[in-house]
Amino acid sequence: MQSIVESSRTRDTFTLLIFIAVVLTAPIWGEFIGAGYPDLLQKFAIFGLFAIGYNILFGLTGYLSFGHAAFLGVGSYATVWSFKLLSMNAIPAVIFAVALSAIFAVVIGYLSLRRSGIYFSILTLAFAQMSYNMAYSVLTPITNGETGLQLKSSDPRVLDAALGVEPQAVPLADLFGITLNGYAGFYFCAAILILGFWLSMKIFRSPFGMKLVAIKSNQTRMEFTGFSPRPYLLTAFVISGVYAGLAGSLMAIVDPLAGAERMQWTASGEVVLMTILGGVGTLFGPILGAATIKYFENIFSAINNQVLESAYSFMPEWLSDIAILLTRPFVGEGWHLMLGVLFMAIIIFLPGGIIEGVRRIGGIFKKSKQIEEDA
Amino acid sequence: MSKRHVLSIAGVNKTFGGLKALTDINLNIEEGKTHAIIGPNGAGKSTLLNTCIGRLKPDNGTITFEGTDLTGGNMTPHGINQLGVSRVFQTPEIFPDLTLLQNVMIPAFAKRDGAFSFNIFKGLREEKQLRDEAMHLLEDFEMQNLAHVHAGSLSRGNKRRLELAMCLIQHPKLLLLDEPTAGMARHDTNRTIDLLKKIKERGMTKVIIEHDMHVVFSLADRISVLAQGAIIAEGTPDEIKGHPKVREAYLGTAEI
Amino acid sequence: MDAILLQVLNGLDKGGAYALIALGLTLVFGTLGVVNFAHGALFMMGAFVAVSVQNLLTISMKVRDTSITFFEAYKETPYLEVWFGDVGTTIIDYSVPISILIAIPIMLLIGLAMERGLIRHFYKRDHADQILVTFGLAIVLQEIIKANFGANPIPQSAPDIVAGSAAVGALIGAEGIVYPWWRLIYLAFSLVVIGGVFAFLQFTTFGMVVRAGMYDRTMVGLLGINIERRFTIVFGLAAVVAGLAGVMYTPILPPDYHMGMDFLVLSFVVVVVGGMGSLGGAVAAGFLLGILQSFFSMNEVKEILPGIDQIIIYLVAVAILLIRPRGLMGKD
Repeated sequence: MQSIVESSRTRDTFTLLIFIAVVLTAPIWGEFIGAGYPDLLQKFAIFGLFAIGYNILFGLTGYLSFGHAAFLGVGSYATVWSFKLLSMNAIPAVIFAVALSAIFAVVIGYLSLRRSGIYFSILTLAFAQMSYNMAYSVLTPITNGETGLQLKSSDPRVLDAALGVEPQAVPLADLFGITLNGYAGFYFCAAILILGFWLSMKIFRSPFGMKLVAIKSNQTRMEFTGFSPRPYLLTAFVISGVYAGLAGSLMAIVDPLAGAERMQWTASGEVVLMTILGGVGTLFGPILGAATIKYFENIFSAINNQVLESAYSFMPEWLSDIAILLTRPFVGEGWHLMLGVLFMAIIIFLPGGIIEGVRRIGGIFKKSKQIEEDA
Repeated sequence: MSKRHVLSIAGVNKTFGGLKALTDINLNIEEGKTHAIIGPNGAGKSTLLNTCIGRLKPDNGTITFEGTDLTGGNMTPHGINQLGVSRVFQTPEIFPDLTLLQNVMIPAFAKRDGAFSFNIFKGLREEKQLRDEAMHLLEDFEMQNLAHVHAGSLSRGNKRRLELAMCLIQHPKLLLLDEPTAGMARHDTNRTIDLLKKIKERGMTKVIIEHDMHVVFSLADRISVLAQGAIIAEGTPDEIKGHPKVREAYLGTAEI
Repeated sequence: MDAILLQVLNGLDKGGAYALIALGLTLVFGTLGVVNFAHGALFMMGAFVAVSVQNLLTISMKVRDTSITFFEAYKETPYLEVWFGDVGTTIIDYSVPISILIAIPIMLLIGLAMERGLIRHFYKRDHADQILVTFGLAIVLQEIIKANFGANPIPQSAPDIVAGSAAVGALIGAEGIVYPWWRLIYLAFSLVVIGGVFAFLQFTTFGMVVRAGMYDRTMVGLLGINIERRFTIVFGLAAVVAGLAGVMYTPILPPDYHMGMDFLVLSFVVVVVGGMGSLGGAVAAGFLLGILQSFFSMNEVKEILPGIDQIIIYLVAVAILLIRPRGLMGKD
């Protein structure tokens, strides 16, 4: 695996500029692939951020956490509370979410990282389930249990009140007067995504990132080389936890509510899948994986029998019946089945994900070119 | 001629579930010298090294490195390394997923930045000085052509040499070598001996465990013979060659 | 005192389910070295074998309802009742016990297919890959069930004869304590199955080889014994045990597609607490955690520590992993 690629500063700047350009023009190119609306683009950015952060832990250190959804939930709750108590401005909300998810990540990380391998996975899973269960039961005063935490026009919002901001009937997050819904919401998410990507790139290119890969590669050697692995792992864990908290915060910013289901371990599973699908330990893989999954989720979960019938209308009736019978379970409600199959297929056949796939195809081209040159 | 002791092992015992692995070991390693520990398989040589680097805790006795007790409760493997002790393992411990250059740079970072440092704003490329140093060392090892190859793909002999390079870049005060030439072809063994001689000129203190008597007598200033967990003889190479107990312990398993 | 006794009883049947699932989980880990995240799905599949059997038995036709005389009314009546009368009704009543007989071959087949088709290829991959691929499989299995049976729980009933409660308290002079018969049966059933598995491993040559394989796989391989084939059968056995646990649990908890995941997470905790790869540990920890959970569900406890019932198992797991990582009975 080639996680740490040494690359010059100019090349990195170039990469970053391209990334920024691609993200900012998303509403335009999104139009061409049928993704040109803010809701979906927001999801690309939010889950991309989540996966980029998760990759810093799993991709670089190899520690498989099954509990990152907990931080997603913490970020969402913190954000909604900031909206309720302080202000509808997104900045204090984001800061609050980052701080709280960092605290959670330090505590959970400190305890979980005392073990490695499957035990680490199970510990993180246990902590996430614990948080989820508590959000549903004891913590109802904070989380509003099953209903989920919502905004009311009667919330105090002390900062807004002090500044004389008029309370809205349906409160929406804003950024100094700009309401963060629709494309404004997307660009806010995009800005944080770009920041997150930049930081991730810095980590990938730094000695710190290289040391994380070294821990994955041979932890014993790391210790006898004079490094204490645990602070490195904890730092990576907290960074990825904060990314998750940020993603949760953005979810609540573009749609101001928070529910416990965000903390369920299936949500943790989803981010693992995104990271793997794109390419574990690669710079671009996670965001590619996140966008791919959200894109196809959007398409496939909307397909129903009628859509299928019209899609197969060119076939003779008996053939289209068979085709519908075969594809129906995987679309619409059955999207999760497709996701599960995809998950297995990737791990069995292409553990390096899309990035690896592209590289292999590239390899084939290179070879055939070489053969030509030889001839 | 200084007679300062870099490493002092005093009265160390270690048992594994009733089995005595080390019995009352007393050993002083002089500064700048190469001290070889030889002995038949299972004599406790690796166990002894493991107690020195914090991998194993001795049951009793003390191991002092430049005045610091290495057997204390708060001594960690990385802490001991930070004091200036590096080790080459019997089976090479390298970073297979990283390139050779990165493999060598990592210990250099440990030496420069300590057990933990978090600076992500200075990229690997910008660490010019450290990078050049690592590259020079690879040149010394005639491995500069492999600098950007993943270490996992190296031959066993080259992995060993890489590990040695990883230790040397730290300029340790004490280098522990556990069979540094095992599994190497004759040619590579000789190259390694030459390298180790070169380091000796720089005055690095070394403890070396070795089966190959050719290596031992090429390098060692002093030799201790370990058998069944106890030191049965100690002296200069010439003294050891003629020692009756040593002959008895080896009983023809090696030419002395 | 009575209340505590009742809680212990309450914990035992749940503990039985935990123990049965954890037993298979740890058996598979100990022999095949695989962490199977799809093991909970096997429990869920067992439960849906029971649902399917009941559905099959109650395939109905419209029959004139003679109890209503003033207009022509029809009611759905199972063919079995139409054809065999009371005998048919009885068969339907016993659908859960009947399901056990049917579940054994089905679960065995599912288990063997899973091991041959998927798990086998992951022996040599690292634990993360094993976790991920079985996690994917678990999603696939539960989505298939969801597609076929819907998302809502489907209640199953125990045979009428054991539908009531047993006055178990009478035995020890506490008249007040009554306890559902089926839960007692579940407890007994789980003990029998656990006993059966242990006896099988203890007293048969096959079991001896498997235990030896758990202890030192290479050694057994060197003796020229084909350990791989036996391990396939072990996986099948674990699938059957999990499936039976699921079948029998249906009258206690109406099955739905995600019950497997719910129990899996808890069973992992059980396995970890008991000690990864330790069969006795898994069983002991299963019952222990079941009892602990029901004890902390008592109102008296919840008043002091609100919400403790929701997290007690995880707390115990975290504590065990941090303090005694090998678990209660684990070996190094």
